[in-house]
Amino acid sequence: MKKNSAKTCGSLYTEKVMETFKSPHNYGKIKDASGIGKVGNIVCGDVMWLYIKVDKKEVIKDIKFETFGCVAAISTSSIITDLVKGKTIKEALKITKDNVIESLGGLPKIKYHCSVLAVDALIEAVYDYYTKTKQVIPADLQKKHYIIQKSKDVIEKRYEGL
Amino acid sequence: MKKIYLDYASTTPVDKRVIKAMEPFLTKNYGNTMSLHSFGQEAKLALENSRQVLADLINAKPNEIIFTGSATESNNQALKGVALRERSESKGGQYKNHIIISAIEHACIMESAKWLAKNGFEITKLPVDKYGMVNPEDVKKAITPKTILVSVMHTSNEIGTIEPIAEIGKICREKGVYFHTDAVQSFGKIAIDVKKYNIDLLTGSAHKMYGPKGIALLYVREGVKIEPILHGGGQENGLRSSTVNVPAIVGFAKAAELCKVEMKKEGARQIKLRDKAIKEILKIKGTRLNGHSENRLPNNINVSFPYIEGESLIIRLDLEGIACSTGSACSSYKLEPSYVLLAIGLKPEEAHGSLRISLGRFTTEKEINHLLKVLPKIVKQLELMSPFKKKYEKE
Repeated sequence: MKKNSAKTCGSLYTEKVMETFKSPHNYGKIKDASGIGKVGNIVCGDVMWLYIKVDKKEVIKDIKFETFGCVAAISTSSIITDLVKGKTIKEALKITKDNVIESLGGLPKIKYHCSVLAVDALIEAVYDYYTKTKQVIPADLQKKHYIIQKSKDVIEKRYEGL
Repeated sequence: MKKIYLDYASTTPVDKRVIKAMEPFLTKNYGNTMSLHSFGQEAKLALENSRQVLADLINAKPNEIIFTGSATESNNQALKGVALRERSESKGGQYKNHIIISAIEHACIMESAKWLAKNGFEITKLPVDKYGMVNPEDVKKAITPKTILVSVMHTSNEIGTIEPIAEIGKICREKGVYFHTDAVQSFGKIAIDVKKYNIDLLTGSAHKMYGPKGIALLYVREGVKIEPILHGGGQENGLRSSTVNVPAIVGFAKAAELCKVEMKKEGARQIKLRDKAIKEILKIKGTRLNGHSENRLPNNINVSFPYIEGESLIIRLDLEGIACSTGSACSSYKLEPSYVLLAIGLKPEEAHGSLRISLGRFTTEKEINHLLKVLPKIVKQLELMSPFKKKYEKE
């Protein structure tokens, strides 16, 4: 049997998640951000904003998050900033939700969507950067952006009646 | 770090005096109440003495108390038992199939009603006002010639609101409709008189009042027609077959006895602590109190913070050694915000930022002071991470 830390939420979150949640990295704003990704929906209880600062060589020099959400949402936000910082945009876009989950030593299944949210936030931030700098948006990024926006609409519709 | 438990509405520790009362029935007098020998008869005697104590707490007769394994079971038994009896008596013909509940009942009432709806019964869910109160007039209007049962909880487990059960009971009795109340949160905390309030069925549970888990009761007024859910050896007047859990029942009775003696003094003490805490917490900018400021359980505090999420708040508090609860979706396994908070008119985003603090017998003023010191700091920390911070500051 896997031994869990019984100190707090032992059965729910890994030690790495708890550690990250306790002292998250890179939270706050970047005032002159190159791109901002805003994903999630407050109705569902998760909103993640990711700010990136990109240099001339397309390296993400700085990244910060602002998140309204649960332990998993805050931890995935923090971990994605760690994973992305110093990488080129191209490299950063290769990060998957599984990378996020692995870096946290695992997430409860019910919280997997938080890892998706973190990756989506990055995609949206890059999309925003490309748009702002009037660059041609690669087809697969365009497609991902479209899917993220579409699912946002679905969620908003679902909760309209509430 | 000494831990501070402020989640008494979830469950309570067992009082040492209760454990002491239970012990002989685990080790010495362990007989089965159905046995004819002295072991069995001793157990039977303890069972009946306990039944008397619990009956006295709500002014019922001992034969009107049925012991069950949980409040969930009692509530299932009440709703399904009354409904299925009504249907079985019709022998395939027409039967009354309408049941009224409130929109803020505990999940075990909600889910039982849902199951009955799937099985030919009509369910009406009554709305509540912004404090979580059911309007007795709404009950009156909702009752039809087909109504068999109204179930409205005595006090809300989430927001602590005390429902007007005396008025609802009166209406139901006048209309010839059974009235059930889930009194789990108020049992032993607020005096209830089933005769005076015209209650036909009532649920109470031991583990919310310093008794053990796994034991609860259903008061069934003499003459109420109800079908058992569990069939077998015919214990509990044929209504609840199962070997009787004597040690737990003895503990339940001892817990009730202690609550009865201490009720007034303890209630007043908790109200003082509660109101002090509410007053201080509301000083945190943007905070709102959920439920009624006065018409609420002595031990319940429920507040919402804008722009921070409940699970994060709970875990941060836990890291500081303070245990509370939330109605946020992220804390549940459904990812839906609390329907109780939505029913009192909160927006889903407000429901996500809710915090329930529930006090108990062992809560000290020192503990509350510590909470009041720690909580604003944690709220601030989480606000700093929230994208809505700026919006919040502008307001």
